[in-house]
Amino acid sequence: MNLLTVENLTVTLATGSGDAQAVRNLSFSVGHGEILGVAGESGSGKTMTALSMLGLLPYKGKASGSIKFDGREILTSTKREYRDIRGKEIAMIFQDPMTSLHPMLTVEVQLTEHLRHHRKVSKDAARNSALELLATVKIPEPAAALKAHPSQFSGGMRQRIAIAMALACEPKLLIADEPTTALDVTVQAGILKLLHQLRTDRNLSVMVITHDLGVLSSLTDRIMIMYAGSEVESGATSDLLQNPRHPYTKGLIAALPGNSEVNSKNLLSIDGMPPELGNFPSGCAFHTRCKFAKASCKETVPEVLNLSSDHRIFCPVNPFSELSNSGSK
Amino acid sequence: MKEILNLKNVAVEYDRHGRKVRAVAGVDLTLNSGEILGLVGESGCGKSTLGKAIVGILSPITGEIVFDGQKVKKLTRGKRPEHFRNLQMVFQDPYGSLNPRRKIGMQIADGLIVAGMSKKLALLKAEDLLEKVGLPRNAVGRFPHQFSGGQRQRISIARALAASPTAIIADEPISALDTSSQAQVANLLVNLVDEFDMGMVFISHDLSIVRRISDRVAVMYLGKIVEVGTVDQIWNNPSHPYTRALISAIPHADGTSFMPKDLPGDVPNPMSPPSGCRFHPRCPLAKAECASNEPELRKLADGRDVSCVLQTAGSQPVTITLN
Ligand SMILES: Nc1ncnc2c1ncn2[C@@H]1O[C@H](COP(=O)(O)OP(=O)(O)O)[C@@H](O)[C@H]1O
Ligand SMILES: Nc1ncnc2c1ncn2[C@@H]1O[C@H](COP(=O)(O)OP(=O)(O)O)[C@@H](O)[C@H]1O
Ligand code: SF4
Ligand SMILES: [Mg+2]
Ligand SMILES: [Mg+2]
Repeated sequence: MNLLTVENLTVTLATGSGDAQAVRNLSFSVGHGEILGVAGESGSGKTMTALSMLGLLPYKGKASGSIKFDGREILTSTKREYRDIRGKEIAMIFQDPMTSLHPMLTVEVQLTEHLRHHRKVSKDAARNSALELLATVKIPEPAAALKAHPSQFSGGMRQRIAIAMALACEPKLLIADEPTTALDVTVQAGILKLLHQLRTDRNLSVMVITHDLGVLSSLTDRIMIMYAGSEVESGATSDLLQNPRHPYTKGLIAALPGNSEVNSKNLLSIDGMPPELGNFPSGCAFHTRCKFAKASCKETVPEVLNLSSDHRIFCPVNPFSELSNSGSK
Repeated sequence: MKEILNLKNVAVEYDRHGRKVRAVAGVDLTLNSGEILGLVGESGCGKSTLGKAIVGILSPITGEIVFDGQKVKKLTRGKRPEHFRNLQMVFQDPYGSLNPRRKIGMQIADGLIVAGMSKKLALLKAEDLLEKVGLPRNAVGRFPHQFSGGQRQRISIARALAASPTAIIADEPISALDTSSQAQVANLLVNLVDEFDMGMVFISHDLSIVRRISDRVAVMYLGKIVEVGTVDQIWNNPSHPYTRALISAIPHADGTSFMPKDLPGDVPNPMSPPSGCRFHPRCPLAKAECASNEPELRKLADGRDVSCVLQTAGSQPVTITLN
């Protein structure tokens, strides 16, 4: 059984011009020890999807559908139940590690308080666990680091400390929202290695959110691509990146700097821009930018098309029919 | 190929609570017309500082910057000397560099009016420029907040173009944009450089984009250029360990489980740079002498410049492999 099973998740947010659905009918799962990647341009609903799992939607935000965690429905949890879930069962790290760290308190105070709050352990035991955690996330000289403030560390080290905080209560699922977006590639690589290691050593399940397909390629087992709040395609990482089938995924992959024609300086690009919340186009939301759109795409929300047991798209048009025929069931 | 910009031994210092921070520590560079020179390096290595010095926002403490035959002087409040209006800068955050309360058209027309054009003509020219960067002509009457990030970056590019620049310093112009806008704006810049035969310094921390659109690449580490060469030389056969480390850290979006290599350690504080080769504390190939002798830039047989003891002036580059 999967650790996390989300079905028909819809997130409604209050905007200046009324309610709007930022996440629409999203279904996905994360297995034990699996790393799922969620990709999509900004505004596609990635963060709202993550926040709905922790009961942290913005003011007036509502989630409907079903979120089963470890066999239990959690979408209907009370505030208190969510507080228990956060930290103990599902932990989250953010693009800016300072979101979960206090700049003026020592690392020791923050880590041990967190541990003592959730685990009711003695001060000494908490300190030892804190030291172990810092070693786990490969902070050099953990004992000295305990005495320092987060502001005394570089961005990459702060993200490691935020990961240590997230791991403190041994969550089963770690949600990492753009964890390396603000970091240099040289530092990013270290964080990717660490997340990979945590999965291997602890059988930790991870949901990584990013717009960077390179990051997902090195880290994930499966990828889900989102557009305007909905899934457009998902599949095993190698399959999805090497054999993308949705026109949007195709476009994103073609636009990667490494994939444009070698002899041209021009990059391939998807014309237009992602739509804004409240203005999602009807039917297939991508139809306004899609080279393959048919008249019906404007009217009909695409149904799921299973290409294999682990690769699906939400697109009725078969722009790559030779591939589609061989791949579909 | 005409040389449009020449930097000799340029150093720039900041004053941080009374202590000097040498953010750019002696840079030699040239830029030719019709060329894109990529400038890469980890954050904090001095790219923006160098860019600002080139256009005269900051003044170097040593060295000189010559643009199209004339020495660049620090900008003063008054009117920008005619000559240097042909040297423009585009910033990462287009919102920060546009005035939120003024209509787009006037912001583009400003430079033209200062140069003596009538307001009516300047506004017409602004419409032309907006069209040139792929925006509707009627955008002149709208305000910055009515546009997306990618569109605002096009607007600031249009504003730079108003001065008919012969060189543009673009500081992370696509870093804040979404995937689809990134490719669109990068293509726009490439095509403009081509069309107007401008020179462009394209500053970015993203070597994978730089490699696509540049002709030459300069790699910066802690205030110094450590390697400069053609894209092919830098990307396919880097000769400095730092360049190699930067390339090895880039993930491959190819669906293989390739794990990029990290480069342990942080960029040192420019307030107290390491002795010898500035890269030696993080360099996996450092020799004993690297801690004390600072390697000068040397020209290799293939024409590139590099500062590393592993390379010998006048010889072919030795292949650098890290582990
Ligand atoms: N507090 C909020 N109130 C209303 N809308 C919001 C709020 N926060 C985010 N949004 C909107 O919800 C949409 C989805 O946002 P998000 O999930 O953050 O996207 P992503 O993480 O994919 O960039 C966006 O259009 C965003 O502007
Ligand atoms: N206004 C400033 N005052 C003091 N130090 C600065 C200032 N701006 C930048 N620096 C320092 O100068 C160095 C180079 O910064 P910068 O040129 O912004 O690097 P990059 O653009 O490569 O990220 C960094 O150490 C940075 O902290
Ligand atoms: S000079 Fe020495 S320390 Fe510097 S890059 Fe070369 S080998 Fe490394
Ligand atoms: Mg987000
Ligand atoms: Mg900068």
